[in-house]
Amino acid sequence: MNSSVEALRATFGSAIGRAIESCGDTIVYIDPAKLPEVMRWLRDTPEQHYDYLVDVTAVEYRDRERPLEVVYNLRSLARRTDLRIKVELDPQGDLTLDSVVPLWRGADWLEREVYDMFGITFRGHPDLRRILMWDTYAEGYPLRKDFPLRGRFSRAEQVRQALAANPEAHYSMEELSIAQAYDELPPDMQERLRRGERAKIPYSE
Amino acid sequence: MSKRTVDLELATPGLDAQGRPARIPLTVAGGEVERQHEPTLDGEHMLMNIGPQHPATHGVLRLVVELDGETVVRVIPHLGYLHSGFEKLGEYRHYNQIIPLTDRTDYLSPMANNVGFALAAEALMGIEITPRCKVLRLIACEMSRIISHMVWLGTTSIDLGAFTPFLWAFQERERIYNLQEMWTGARLTTSVTRVGGMMADIPDQFVDGLRRFTETYPKTLHEIDRVLTRNAVWVGRTQGVGVMTADEAINYALSGPMLRASGVPYDVRKDRPYLDYETYDFDVPVGEHGDVYDRYLVRLEECHQSNRILMQALDRLPDGPVNVSDPRVILPAKSRAMNDMEAMIYHFKQVMEGVKAPVGEAYAGIENPKGELGNYLVSDGTAKPVRWRIRPPSFINLAALPKMAEGHLLSDLIAINASVDIVMGEVDR
Amino acid sequence: MKRVLETKEVAGQSPNYLLAKVQDLIDWAVNSSRANSLWPMPFGTACCAIEFMATAASRYDFARFGMERQAFSPRQADVLICAGRLPFKLAPVIRRIYDQMPQPKWVISMGACASSGGIFDNYAMVQGIDTIVPVDVYVPGCPPRPEGLLYGVLLLHKKIKGESLFDRAPRREEQPLDERGLRLPPEQINEISEPFGNSIHQFRSA
Repeated sequence: MNSSVEALRATFGSAIGRAIESCGDTIVYIDPAKLPEVMRWLRDTPEQHYDYLVDVTAVEYRDRERPLEVVYNLRSLARRTDLRIKVELDPQGDLTLDSVVPLWRGADWLEREVYDMFGITFRGHPDLRRILMWDTYAEGYPLRKDFPLRGRFSRAEQVRQALAANPEAHYSMEELSIAQAYDELPPDMQERLRRGERAKIPYSE
Repeated sequence: MSKRTVDLELATPGLDAQGRPARIPLTVAGGEVERQHEPTLDGEHMLMNIGPQHPATHGVLRLVVELDGETVVRVIPHLGYLHSGFEKLGEYRHYNQIIPLTDRTDYLSPMANNVGFALAAEALMGIEITPRCKVLRLIACEMSRIISHMVWLGTTSIDLGAFTPFLWAFQERERIYNLQEMWTGARLTTSVTRVGGMMADIPDQFVDGLRRFTETYPKTLHEIDRVLTRNAVWVGRTQGVGVMTADEAINYALSGPMLRASGVPYDVRKDRPYLDYETYDFDVPVGEHGDVYDRYLVRLEECHQSNRILMQALDRLPDGPVNVSDPRVILPAKSRAMNDMEAMIYHFKQVMEGVKAPVGEAYAGIENPKGELGNYLVSDGTAKPVRWRIRPPSFINLAALPKMAEGHLLSDLIAINASVDIVMGEVDR
Repeated sequence: MKRVLETKEVAGQSPNYLLAKVQDLIDWAVNSSRANSLWPMPFGTACCAIEFMATAASRYDFARFGMERQAFSPRQADVLICAGRLPFKLAPVIRRIYDQMPQPKWVISMGACASSGGIFDNYAMVQGIDTIVPVDVYVPGCPPRPEGLLYGVLLLHKKIKGESLFDRAPRREEQPLDERGLRLPPEQINEISEPFGNSIHQFRSA
């Protein structure tokens, strides 16, 4: 068992749930509310020094009673130690969690992927959009267990929706330079942008 | 702040009879020729789309680039054009059936992917593989590293204007392909491992063939080295381009040659050894500046080191069985399955039910040519994983592209993108 | 050439021997030039693209078959080689590239995934690019060997050499999407996308 577990318990007390060992890796369950705090402590405390975020992912079990887990694989490059942090979320409840992008820039796309595949929202993420599926993908979150392997729509409908997509329209105006001029836009355009309306490439007309 | 002022300026004063902006806005006021200034283009940004079908994006990556003149202001990568649902498919397959899927994630180094998944599945099931299997898997990993770096060298040199190294590199690849074909029957999609062993032992001529390869391969490397390393164009286009400092590299969770080129001496083979890598004598090249040139040097030197490891592995290749002797995990020989009742039952159970894994989860990270490939398996006790997660090294390395390309020229963006060594099958999975 | 065509139609009888010979000669000249200098548009997405590169590289060298110049722009291409799997997100892209190519144009579907979806019978993957663009030659394999691709190219040569400028029926017309935005009727797409072979049994997790 990794020695960080005792240190975590000593510092955060009841925010630290059970800790188990599986195939040589230590897994610690923590309270979702305390996630940013615990992560910052793990990264910045010299004795811990988990400076490298290996992976962020999520797990949903076939047993629907079990909560959804968000998994953070941490590593201390200097100490050559790994620690796996898990956060449990109720699938029926609010799937929202604090983002760790302020701590590790590398979490940016990983959290976007978890959002895309599981529908878990990360508070404070700078740019939380779908990353692998397209923005208007209507079938749901593919890696959830209630999502059928072949998707929800018929193949013809899937082809029709795919072909109807405009290959140029996959990015939003917000992420382009107009975002910086947002405040100067007329109110109706601001309203349209806020509703998430997607645009063609500016200058194309 | 406001970047789209040009239209407004054009639209107001200098319109011609048709309402189009006049090209030379000269007006006569009060009998004097008063020169109006042409609208300045300062701060006017252009938006450019590269991909998804573009030869320099190494697959179907799409980059939306905001340009100020020729300088990159912002890069917005768009992924998912090759999203194939590997992880979802993995939940519907037995552990051994997943191995063919691993080939197709990082198709530049298929054998290393097979090994990575097999190691995770064996960690989950608590299987200890045989010594011969360990060495064979190590050979598979290092062969993969060589062919993957050869593709990287070839395509990157094409991107930067040199065609010859591509042809040399692909010739070496063909030689490795011949060996792979001899071993597995396939050139590219090898599926060489099984949980608890290998698909097949190496054929008779394999050792000689590989030895011949290791003896002659450095010559090609030296040729590529002679053509590129001190080439003025190559140096000019790669040095000081796309710099990542060590702290940034760690914060972005880069791995593999990208991390080491930035000066962080972290190699999974040394620091979390698997397959007895700690008993081999090899060096880990580490860069200094973290630019494209250092990444090139690191990868080139890794090819030499892989060759060294291959030679040692061939020397120590032990005799003995390749597969573990556990009938619940490894299929019995065909002749036994046909003649022996017990072997037939095991064969039937394995094919129909699959190999069951105990409840638990395992993460196995291996040093793939692109970086740390992690396979994270969660099992609920059945023969199919609850979750098969690939930690994709090139996906995570690519996330640093917007940071690296900022402020560089557009042509440097191509070099930087090439230096990440992405393979879209793995980025999008 | 147009006049020759009209003569043939107006006559309404069997064309005379000399005219037929002239037409054959023209066909032979045009088709040989087309077949032996195909400009491929490599739409390489996945593993097959690596084998495509191997085919283009020194050992297999498809320049021997007149494909020296790879057209990375669809506007200057004759044959679209779809090498690799095609997810739904990429479907509008290949359709647009196909529409941008000038006639006459041909399509080679390289590999199992492009031809049928291959092992990826799931939510993300188009089950065969023929639901999106018309295909002339299917090259099986996962991935096909370079020899396989070369054989497919030779088959395409054969097909091109069998075409005739003077034959109205198989002349190449643009095939735009219908009002539903599909190339084929929905029932047909559903039918050819049905799971087959082993993949029928692989829909249950656990």
